[in-house]
Amino acid sequence: MNNDLDQKGEELRQRLAQEARATGYNLNPDLDMTSTICAGLAKNEGRYGYMSCPCRLASGKREEDKDIICPCDYRDSDLAEYGSCYCALYVSGEIVSGKKKAAPVPERRPPAERRLKAAHDIQPLPTVKSGAGGAIKVWRCKVCGYLCAKETPPAKCPICKADKDRFEEFAL
Amino acid sequence: MKNKKVTVYALSTCGWCRKTVGWLKENGIKAEIIYTDTIEDEAEKEKVVAQAKKHNPSLSFPTVVINDGECVVVGFEPEKIQEALNK
Ligand code: SF4
Repeated sequence: MNNDLDQKGEELRQRLAQEARATGYNLNPDLDMTSTICAGLAKNEGRYGYMSCPCRLASGKREEDKDIICPCDYRDSDLAEYGSCYCALYVSGEIVSGKKKAAPVPERRPPAERRLKAAHDIQPLPTVKSGAGGAIKVWRCKVCGYLCAKETPPAKCPICKADKDRFEEFAL
Repeated sequence: MKNKKVTVYALSTCGWCRKTVGWLKENGIKAEIIYTDTIEDEAEKEKVVAQAKKHNPSLSFPTVVINDGECVVVGFEPEKIQEALNK
């Protein structure tokens, strides 16, 4: 990996460490691991235009890779079940304190065929007219679960800062 | 240790792949490392992805293939690799 990427990766690592602390997440204390991953994230941002997960093969098309833009849709489920995200960039408090070791996490992301089918099967949900006359829907951030009721999702999730296209329509 | 052919499907950006490659080196195990994400030629990349999928349908990385499929180890699992090499 070249110096420029190492530098960008290091800046990113510091920013993510700070954001993680502020929001109740932890980066992996294994510095070699997080440095590799952050340099990987910087590399992916450079070649694809978005921070695709360094441990998954990107298609290069944002629409197809949306679910694996870091933090991916699967981070919180893997943290809850295995104490670590798939790449082991984010880990549980137990792993930080050394009580548990980070270990490989099985791939939770559905295979491409099933992802495409699921996207195809989504039915448009009914909308509700708000007092103001706009068509209100409920939007769910697929990264952190934040819900809001608006005509459109916010440009960025106010909780986890994921981009607008990471939101889905939500119905109980 | 018997001389077995080791092929690793890896990503240049992945931490578990780096650990796997590092472990192989430290233990003097010769391996062909294929960094799937860095293959420029689209047709070539497709071919490699199809090969990797044959050994590991979930196409996750690293995928360590011993003797062209005699044994396949998915993820950073040094003990499993060692065991497969000793068989
Ligand atoms: S949060 Fe998801 S995308 Fe980010 S490093 Fe972890 S597994 Fe990869």
